[in-house]
Amino acid sequence: MASGERPMIGVIDDVGGLVDLAAYESHEGYAGARQALSAMTPSEVIALVKDANLRGRGGAGFPTGLKWSFVPQGDASDGGLKYLVCNGDEMEPGTFKDRYLLEYNPHLLVEGMIIGAYAIGAAQGYVFLRGEYHEPYRQLQKAIDDAKAKGYLGQSIFGSGFDFDLRIHRSAGRYICGEETALLNALEGKRAQPRTKPPFPPASGAWGRPTIVNNVETFCNVPSILRNGVEWYQELGLGDDAGTKLYGVSGRVNKPGLWELPIGTPIREIIDVHAGGMQDGYKLRGLLPGGASTDFLVEQHFDLAMDYGTIQAAGSRMGTGTMILMDDSICPVDMCRNLEHFFAQESCGFCTPCREGLPWVERLLTDIEEGRGKPGDLELLDRNAQFIGGVTNTFCLHAPGAIEPLASALEYFREDFEEHIRTGECRYGTNR
Amino acid sequence: MSEPALIPILSDEEVREIEEECAHLPDRKSAAIDAMMIVQRHRGWVSDESLGAIAHLLGMSAENLDSIATFYNLIFRKPVGRHVVMVCDSVSCYVMGADSLRKRIEAHLGISLGQTTGDGRFTLLPIVCLGACDKAPTMMIGDELIENVDAEQLDDIFGRFE
Ligand SMILES: Cc1cc2nc3c(=O)[nH]c(=O)nc-3n(C[C@H](O)[C@H](O)[C@H](O)COP(=O)(O)O)c2cc1C
Ligand code: SF4
Ligand code: FES
Repeated sequence: MASGERPMIGVIDDVGGLVDLAAYESHEGYAGARQALSAMTPSEVIALVKDANLRGRGGAGFPTGLKWSFVPQGDASDGGLKYLVCNGDEMEPGTFKDRYLLEYNPHLLVEGMIIGAYAIGAAQGYVFLRGEYHEPYRQLQKAIDDAKAKGYLGQSIFGSGFDFDLRIHRSAGRYICGEETALLNALEGKRAQPRTKPPFPPASGAWGRPTIVNNVETFCNVPSILRNGVEWYQELGLGDDAGTKLYGVSGRVNKPGLWELPIGTPIREIIDVHAGGMQDGYKLRGLLPGGASTDFLVEQHFDLAMDYGTIQAAGSRMGTGTMILMDDSICPVDMCRNLEHFFAQESCGFCTPCREGLPWVERLLTDIEEGRGKPGDLELLDRNAQFIGGVTNTFCLHAPGAIEPLASALEYFREDFEEHIRTGECRYGTNR
Repeated sequence: MSEPALIPILSDEEVREIEEECAHLPDRKSAAIDAMMIVQRHRGWVSDESLGAIAHLLGMSAENLDSIATFYNLIFRKPVGRHVVMVCDSVSCYVMGADSLRKRIEAHLGISLGQTTGDGRFTLLPIVCLGACDKAPTMMIGDELIENVDAEQLDDIFGRFE
């Protein structure tokens, strides 16, 4: 890597665990926010983040500086209220990166949000936090309290005249809350159904005000950009993308875990070097590169670089960057049944292809897995996958995301599906 | 029952905590989810009476509030045991044997998903990915995340929760 730098989690290893305010400050903590608020204008901060080429780490990879620039600058005529929201919902199966940041380096998020709030002119921020994240909640709340006591949150931060208050909203659960417009409804105390777009949140978001929603890891990239500059940040990445990325591996490897690596690190290096390779007796057959809603990658892809463009060109998405491995003891049909069960259960129920289609797909997969598959079932699955996966057929991206692993499994592991239907048996003996 | 009589159903502490949330939000209805979670933290679940009182306090109808309550999986509209046990059934845990672990837990507690033990000690529920997939399989008992759950250790694990 550029110089082995790990601006997000390196300090956690340095201090041997939770980074409290004192430890954070002794590692240049809050220097980025101080720099932004005392020496730069909001538009300069936005330009810097744009030039750094930071892309959203929540899954879609949208350029962060560009998103920030969509918010009307200055005080709007009607009072100027704007909101900055952190998406800490993290319910994508197979994803465990935001929890680690929140639990062990919470001041990094607070600092990233102070900078973001200054850039867009938001006086109020919310962290939308998954309800099951009890320990992250305790650590983040303590970080917010400590930052407030020091004057890093509240009135005239660093004597700049800029005020910013930050509060945590603890979610009551449901995967769809992670979709940013559904999240805004949840924040407003409503059912978390996605909203019509446009208007997009930067124009009209929380309580109808201009709002920016970014992922936890996205905000955690910001402080070091302010401290070290654009060139430094870009050199951290190996390919077209800039910075570092939290990569994770779960499944039958020797050392499952999470690492901060240059963005663009090859898949095989992540699995073999960092995750210690496959456990004895298990062979890697396929993987979901960035959470449950990404397409399978197989052998032919394992030498690819984990960056947005490369993984997209291979027909999948880098998503959250935390990969789930399917070894040769796992039945692809049954794994798809597990995945589609999740997505069917988590549909918000608003549109028909998602509400009716996903449970239908789940039932078909269960039938095939349990030996009740019929000729024609695969074609039915193909048609469903195409219909549910059509991005214009549903109101939000839940349904298309749900279908990505299945559509790719039907392509790469088709003989497994066919064998189940032909023989009425599952050679893996799973789900029995 | 006349409307004002609904309020005393909530304790002073609950009302104080709910008002504190309201004070930080643009309107009272926005505190709907927070308010139900507050009451649930005090009582374990949200009964019809609690729901009616919260709705009244926030100036909305009980029907509207219930339509919000039932959308979210962490708001319990039925009584639960002293400890809610949530077993992760998402994909990384599945790969690491969550299905057979769940069966072992059901046998250990003598209940199926969705049920409460006869002594009111445990309620068993499925949960989606708990964000600890590198330490699969996982579960949560009350506020506590339990990683790398070993089916051979269930006696010890559950024994810690009275
Ligand atoms: C069904 C669904 C669930 C999502 N869940 C999350 C989530 O848990 N966390 C997250 O950051 N983004 C999630 N997203 C993406 C958000 O809508 C949004 O793109 C993201 O928070 C923007 O942040 P970023 O630009 O920093 O990546 C989800 C999207 C969809 C369609
Ligand atoms: S696609 Fe699914 S989750 Fe999204 S709005 Fe439609 S029903 Fe709801
Ligand atoms: S899939 Fe079980 S903790 Fe993530």
